[in-house]
Amino acid sequence: MKRTLIALVAAIAPALASAAVTVKGSDTMVILAQRWAEEYMKQNTGKRVQVTGGGSGVGIAALINGTTDIANASRAMKDAEKGKVRERYNILPTETAVAKDGVAIYVNAANPVQQLTIEQLAKIYAGDVTNWKDVGGSDAPIVLYSRENSSGTYVFFKENVLKGADYASSAQTLPGTAAVVNAVAKEKNGIGYGGAAYAKGVKEVKVVGADGQGYTPSAENVASGKYPLSRPLFMYTRGKPSGEAKAFIDYCLSPAGQKIVTQVGYFPVK
Amino acid sequence: MARPSPSMRRRQLREAAIQAVITLVALTGIAAVVLIFVFVAREALPIFTSPEVREETDLARMFLPQAWRAGRPAFFSWQPVSEIPKYSMVPLFVGTLKVTAVAMLVSVPVGVAAALFTSEFAPRRLREVLKPTIELLAGIPSVVLGFFALIVLASVLQDAFGFTSRLNAVVAGVALALTVVPVIFTVSEDALTAVPRSYREASLALGATRWETAFKVVLPAAAPGVLAAVVLGFGRSIGETMIVLMASGNAAMTTFSLGDSVRTLPATIAAEMGEVVFGGTHYAVLFFIGVELFLFTFVLNSLAAAFVKRLVRRMAGTA
Repeated sequence: MKRTLIALVAAIAPALASAAVTVKGSDTMVILAQRWAEEYMKQNTGKRVQVTGGGSGVGIAALINGTTDIANASRAMKDAEKGKVRERYNILPTETAVAKDGVAIYVNAANPVQQLTIEQLAKIYAGDVTNWKDVGGSDAPIVLYSRENSSGTYVFFKENVLKGADYASSAQTLPGTAAVVNAVAKEKNGIGYGGAAYAKGVKEVKVVGADGQGYTPSAENVASGKYPLSRPLFMYTRGKPSGEAKAFIDYCLSPAGQKIVTQVGYFPVK
Repeated sequence: MARPSPSMRRRQLREAAIQAVITLVALTGIAAVVLIFVFVAREALPIFTSPEVREETDLARMFLPQAWRAGRPAFFSWQPVSEIPKYSMVPLFVGTLKVTAVAMLVSVPVGVAAALFTSEFAPRRLREVLKPTIELLAGIPSVVLGFFALIVLASVLQDAFGFTSRLNAVVAGVALALTVVPVIFTVSEDALTAVPRSYREASLALGATRWETAFKVVLPAAAPGVLAAVVLGFGRSIGETMIVLMASGNAAMTTFSLGDSVRTLPATIAAEMGEVVFGGTHYAVLFFIGVELFLFTFVLNSLAAAFVKRLVRRMAGTA
């Protein structure tokens, strides 16, 4: 009995000795952050990075509550949230852009619609346009897929497409981008949105940019800013990143880290 | 009168001690329920007391239609993450009731009929297989059932009924029925089996067929138990979270069409609790939903208990 206890302690002790850096937040960033963590831990034996998702809101709430070292967020922190961090820790959170993402618009592979303007998207998602024929498609009702309101993509889309207006109440909210992609792949009249890296088995619609041309969320279009629905992905820390957290963020921004960004399907910031 | 011997006194003491422990354990259960309710209610209290929270929402705005968009008639809206957060409970109530109605419509006939068959008609050998098999259904984790509904059931039902929206109240309700059937089946089967043999023998002796005996004698005699089974199933389906979260589409719509996507009260708590600002309005509202669910099942259970009591008394011939 005693011996097993000692063995147990011996097994746990090293893990405790190097306290893990916890990274929590955006579901959009969870695959990316996990790949970063894997490579980082492979190169630095003994270091531990723990990545979990849950949504940008979850990550930021954890940063405020002190239960994570780094919060991943696919949206900028709100002033109210920054205020909460300052209230509790007397320090402002630091924002580090670590990658760029294009929010793709998915439709079913059989949908004839090729491109949409931001105005059309806004009308579709506000529930003012409910038939595909009004935006150049066939005569069929539009089935809306959205994300849960804890999602950073939800907030990004609401601010950049709906300009702050509410989603139609008929918009179905699904947990996670993968669920949205899966639903649109199965639903002939469906439309959804999410990270460009996830679009498997669905069609990405071109979105009309400022110059009146339709653009796909490709690497060049996002990097050049021509694709209108692109956004930076952030890591937030309480105050300037320091110690283990700084080492990890530095790795993410290094050439090796930015190479992983491209591999996962997002776009580098450097 | 001789005084009790020391050994007798020891025994009495031991009895008293054991009794005290059992009472304590029983009270712990009750205390847990009360404490949970107090905690949940306390977190919901700011809706009534905090001026900050009341600025964003109050009972009237939660339950009456509001004119949110200029030039549009007043409507119910659940949009907690918005410049003007909207916390209407009505779409959530409607959604919960729609899913529960579908689940009960499917599971009550199936569950009671299966119980009746098992207890009255099935040969003993079949019965010994049937009962554990149906009860096994209750052992399937609801997340697995939800996944099945999301991937398989939704497509099958959409092809069969031509729903516009793939995930809807019917899909969630049918999936939910899979968890409710074993509850209704087990409890009503026990109630039916408990009906005294003499009832059946008397009925058959009077020339009734087996079907007549089953439907007109055994089923009515077991009615309180069957009703209790239905109430238990109802409670199970109203509180189920994972299946509806996965299979209902979670759109907070106030319509009465079963083909529309729905958002239920428990699924709303589960989906949104992770992200809310601790102590904010949204947080208090989610706890308020918890209070509503608690009260809902509490009232329902009390009503059912009272009804069962009356039924039992009437059948015993004392009322």
